[in-house]
Amino acid sequence: MNHWPFIIACYVIGIGGTAGVLLWSYIAMRRAEAQAEAITRK
Amino acid sequence: MHIFANPARFLSIARPLTPWLGWIGALLTAVGLGAGLFITPPDYLQGESVRILYLHVPTAWLGMAGWSGIAVASLMQLIWRHPLAAVAARAVAVPGALYTAICLATGSIWGRPTWGTWWEWDGRLTSMLILLFLYIAFIAFAAASDEQGKENRAVAIFGVVGSAILPVIHYSVEWWRTLHQGQSISLTKSSIDGSILWPLPFSLLGLTLIFAAVVLMRMRTMLARQKVEARMRRMARA
Repeated sequence: MNHWPFIIACYVIGIGGTAGVLLWSYIAMRRAEAQAEAITRK
Repeated sequence: MHIFANPARFLSIARPLTPWLGWIGALLTAVGLGAGLFITPPDYLQGESVRILYLHVPTAWLGMAGWSGIAVASLMQLIWRHPLAAVAARAVAVPGALYTAICLATGSIWGRPTWGTWWEWDGRLTSMLILLFLYIAFIAFAAASDEQGKENRAVAIFGVVGSAILPVIHYSVEWWRTLHQGQSISLTKSSIDGSILWPLPFSLLGLTLIFAAVVLMRMRTMLARQKVEARMRRMARA
């Protein structure tokens, strides 16, 4: 049995999930902090 | 720990720390996973599929460490009423659930060429699945509680009580001997050859630092949202 499709699937899930949660958390943080900054200036 | 309980002091540390954790974590993870994919030799028994180890083991560690973090933060919320404790527990829940899910997925994929099956209801797999359900329940419970706008100690109690699953996961391979192999790595010894094992500390530490960066970003997001909500309430009252 060729193991590489299984290995690639695992790495796609692992790296994709990590990149996804990093990007999502970063965008949410930037947006929330910008909103907090803007409302403080009012 | 009490020093970091003040949100302003926490933010002054978290802001410069977040990018450092993220970038060093990404670098170490790239080294660990790159070496695991392209440099290490195949295992004499498992063949090439042993390369899944460099992702599967760190995600299992993060799934369990994540709930340990929730339990410690929940205890701090219950005992000392630290203002940041509930925020920390909620911030850990989503990445903890994600890495538990990745651990289950990579384990299932690894099981197909190694065991000849995608899934088996053995002690380790089933207890990890229960951990994922606990994470989902915690996220839903915390979200429902936050929507009501009050501090809910029941969420913290759930975080502490849920940690009972952690020793079950750890000892499951000793209590029930089924498909999942026993512990092959400890702090002092390993049954895995050094030529295969060496990238694992890189991916383990790297993904742990990325996890910490995600938790800090999520905590900063929640604190900023709380600040906006408090300001809006004050403006509405004025």
